[in-house]
Amino acid sequence: MNIVVCVKQTVDTAATISVEQGTVSWGDTPLVLNPWDEFAVEEGLRLREAHGGKVTALTVGPESATEALRSALAMGADAAVRVDDSSLEGADSLVVSAVLAAALEKMGDVDLALFGREAVDSNSGVLQAQVARRLGWASLPLVAAITAIDGDGRAIEVERMLGEGRQRVKATLPAALSVVKEINEPRYASFMGIRKASRVDVPVWTSAELSMDQVDPGVSWLAPEAAADVEVACEFIDVDDVGEAAHALVQRLREEKVL
Amino acid sequence: MMMKVLVYIDHHAGAITPATWEALGAGRKLSQDLQIPMEALVLGNNTASLASAVAEKSGVHVHAAEDASLEHFRADVYASAAAPLAEGTEVVLLPDNGRTREFAAMLAVDLNVGLIPDVVALDVRDGNLQAARAIYSGKVRSTVLGTGRKPIILTLRSRVFAPDAEQTGPGEIESVAVASVPSGVEVLGFEESRGGANLADAAVIVAGGRGVVNNPALDPPPSITDQDAIDAWRAEQGFAELQTLADAIGAALGATRAVVDAGFIPYAHQIGQTGKVVSPDLYIAFGISGAIQHLAGIRSARTVVAVNKDPDAPIFRSARFGLVTDMHEVIPALTKAFLEAS
Repeated sequence: MNIVVCVKQTVDTAATISVEQGTVSWGDTPLVLNPWDEFAVEEGLRLREAHGGKVTALTVGPESATEALRSALAMGADAAVRVDDSSLEGADSLVVSAVLAAALEKMGDVDLALFGREAVDSNSGVLQAQVARRLGWASLPLVAAITAIDGDGRAIEVERMLGEGRQRVKATLPAALSVVKEINEPRYASFMGIRKASRVDVPVWTSAELSMDQVDPGVSWLAPEAAADVEVACEFIDVDDVGEAAHALVQRLREEKVL
Repeated sequence: MMMKVLVYIDHHAGAITPATWEALGAGRKLSQDLQIPMEALVLGNNTASLASAVAEKSGVHVHAAEDASLEHFRADVYASAAAPLAEGTEVVLLPDNGRTREFAAMLAVDLNVGLIPDVVALDVRDGNLQAARAIYSGKVRSTVLGTGRKPIILTLRSRVFAPDAEQTGPGEIESVAVASVPSGVEVLGFEESRGGANLADAAVIVAGGRGVVNNPALDPPPSITDQDAIDAWRAEQGFAELQTLADAIGAALGATRAVVDAGFIPYAHQIGQTGKVVSPDLYIAFGISGAIQHLAGIRSARTVVAVNKDPDAPIFRSARFGLVTDMHEVIPALTKAFLEAS
């Protein structure tokens, strides 16, 4: 099975985020493979282990984003490709999805494109569906389990996690999936894996080399602002008698029109 | 198609989802600010009653497409059906959820227009729409604008916008034909979450963390000796207590990453940076210390109540009301007090 995992380099979720003069800053915290994408890489590796084939990590980003690809390689991916984004200033999901779709087409004969459910920086979670739409592939977002996959029969069955419950869906390959955390537990990169990853040659493609129509962004952004931190003064309720405390809380919630 | 705000009517299991009325509320405000009409779009099969409900309550013109191919929600088929109707409109609004985000993403590709997902505020400046979203897991606020191509497609976060006020006079219902297109997916089945409570739509959420496992008053049965099994048993008892409270007050049940990772409760309940982002009116945190990743998921909760034994727990810095006590003692008293008050 030919599997491609689409990944992004992001800040670490533990980083202290600030906004300085309209630019988001995370100090000297190193950038990482988007934590959600680790689940996608892991799922790709598990599918390869069970069914054979190849796992390629793909990213659209600057040269520094190669580090995110190396993280995927260190986990066990076989190859990686970076599409350089220097000509893509102001790219939104419309543009990035077109670039990813063109890169997947250039790779050729891809059975499955895997995505994390969203990036922890942009929190959009729409690329998987947009890439699927552009390629005319089956779209399977928010997958919590792949229950069956048959590369020869070109079929896949998954369970999707929706707000109201779990949906079981069947589709034909090729397909683009996004995965949620429940799907697996990502492995740690081994020492050997890290050493091997550091030696892998990562080809760089430019968007000009990809055969794609010109796509212009559909949105633009104003300078970001730090989210207003809501300062709440906690009112502690006396708990000597839990029955009274419970009534006092309900009373106060009513006074503040919460109930 | 004339300039208008088009609101997609999301439905599940034969009912319009609560957030749809919020999208209609946001759409009405937008239509007033932009001075263009608002219209609604219902896609489905046997959904005439849903179209009537919207026409009746919101008084807007409803485009209703019914087709056997629209029986199950499938984003690809729905996008193909919606694209010709959305073309040429000014703004398309959808309530945000797992279904509609995929649908909106595809619609944006079909129309080659911008998409702004999970919007938390809308504004019109000099006749131009501005949408605010939370990025970096809520730590940064981003304002997004269109680039001129229309429509701009927005999905709106649940429980952020006020639901549409009831209007007078039913709007017109216009039947629209859709071409049947094949889907890339086949729906095999659906299993509702236990309790049916959807965290995104919940007005009240009762959530448990590590403290759920530590009820000093409970002794595990002597047959359970293994420490992991004892913890699992304690967690089961603890979440059963919380579920009782949640059921009594019609709340949804949430949990922290710690208890989900420990396998004490399914991931569907997880709230926080790697789980769900919620916006209830009331969030009651039991035995939750308040890790920054958890707090990222409850930033837009209106009122937080925290119950924790540790007075220095960070959760109290985000809480409007705090009870420094053992959660297990207070749950039965709270259940009783809430029931008496209702």
